Amino acid sequence: MTSEHWLLHVEQLTKHFGPTCPDCRRLTGPDTGRSRCPRCGTVWACVDVNVQLAAGEVLGIVGESGSGKSTLLQMIHLAIRPDSGRIWYCDDGETPRDLLALDRYEARHFRNTRLGIVYQRPELGLNMRFSVGGNVAEKLLLAEWRHFGRIRARTAELMAKTELPPERIDDEPATFSGGMLQRVQIAKALASRPALLLLDEITSGLDVSVQARVLDLLRRIQWEDGITMLLVSHDLGVVRQLARRTIVMKNGHIVEAGLTDQILEDPQHPYTQLLVSSAL
Amino acid sequence: MTHLLEVCNLHKSFTLHLIDGRTITPVRDVSFSVAAGEHLLIYGRSGIGKTSILKCIYRSYLPTSGAIWFDSQQFGRIDLCRASESVILRLREREIGFCSQFLRALPRISALDTLCEPLYRQQMDRATAQAIGREWLTRLGIAPELWQASPLTFSGGEQQRINLGRAFIARPRLLLLDEPTASLDDATKQVVIGMIRAAQAEGTAIISVSHDLAALGACADRQWTFQPAR
Repeated sequence: MTSEHWLLHVEQLTKHFGPTCPDCRRLTGPDTGRSRCPRCGTVWACVDVNVQLAAGEVLGIVGESGSGKSTLLQMIHLAIRPDSGRIWYCDDGETPRDLLALDRYEARHFRNTRLGIVYQRPELGLNMRFSVGGNVAEKLLLAEWRHFGRIRARTAELMAKTELPPERIDDEPATFSGGMLQRVQIAKALASRPALLLLDEITSGLDVSVQARVLDLLRRIQWEDGITMLLVSHDLGVVRQLARRTIVMKNGHIVEAGLTDQILEDPQHPYTQLLVSSAL
Repeated sequence: MTHLLEVCNLHKSFTLHLIDGRTITPVRDVSFSVAAGEHLLIYGRSGIGKTSILKCIYRSYLPTSGAIWFDSQQFGRIDLCRASESVILRLREREIGFCSQFLRALPRISALDTLCEPLYRQQMDRATAQAIGREWLTRLGIAPELWQASPLTFSGGEQQRINLGRAFIARPRLLLLDEPTASLDDATKQVVIGMIRAAQAEGTAIISVSHDLAALGACADRQWTFQPAR
């Protein structure tokens, strides 16, 4: 982080699924240990979430399954519409834009040009019927690249960057290993040179040596391209390696936010203390 | 004399929520100051909170109360207890260095890159950073055939030398050294003392925490025997 310039500012973001009742908010949240209201069954996935991301920063989001991490990511990806709140986005030197005020066409254009996302499960991020080259090209076409030669050249460049064998450009994803698929997803996500990369548990379920290669790749992207990243993980080791700031979520709420070393060495919230003391 | 760092009535306590919410207070009402170019040695037996003081200054720990005034080049006089996270990150990049007792190296990253990382963070280009890194590796007595290997494969003493190099290479204005000479042989201790003296001559203030009075006592301007909190 070299300037005070922020790229993304999430303000009071809230999302629930269900009918809601007057007691919902009181009966859910980290103090109750519940996200789902016992009266009406409403799930409060994110409540009053505030996050600011500096340009070039990697921010870690940790928390147990069901704490709202992925919902937050999906709202920033403009795939889930929040109930309330604002998502401000600001490229260097420009006026901040409220992403939730964009119409459908603008939102899709924004997502295709400025955002990249990588999922834990490759089939969510990739079209499994397209070749690797086809997947990268899809993202570029959506970002309004039109020249075939340039698309092909960019794909080759991305395969080199993500250490995928160039001769496999026309192979289908089904023929790739798990670790390679994550690198294909990263290649696709990076294709249109996004400003913000959203990473959702991308090393979970990979064996350690494969996980290591994916992390090395992310670190290289971080050092060489300075892309801003939002890194969701339940693995504190992954977050420690990549993120200098971390937020901790529980039952839809941010319970603690701070410098990653402070979160790990001097956790304040009971849940964070439990999380840190449970890590291997 | 103007002080680079002034610690005023610093308290640090930990609330252990997993052990009946018990509170322990290793740092109680601590005050001291350090001037530019000065070396303060905090001496005392282990487990009495010396490292906690350094970690409060570096903000790996959140101070409970008190103030830590730092005379920053970027931000002017600033209280490190209350500074925002982004300010702390920028201070860590340019002005405040910390050398922990143990190297926390990342797997698969070479010794050269591990050492140069603070320079990369300053946006220095890789070639320049690595040229400086090679000079430091030579100075620290790390054999060239090890430069591309991960420090995780190194001996304890070699790891500690990389760790120290990481703190010195960014040329911070304030250096916090936690047991810098532990696990080093006598010859390497002399190299480290040389590094400390050279940094001091450039105006860097140094706070070291140690029980190795023999090695560091001679090069410190001031010694302070830290008493355990009651």
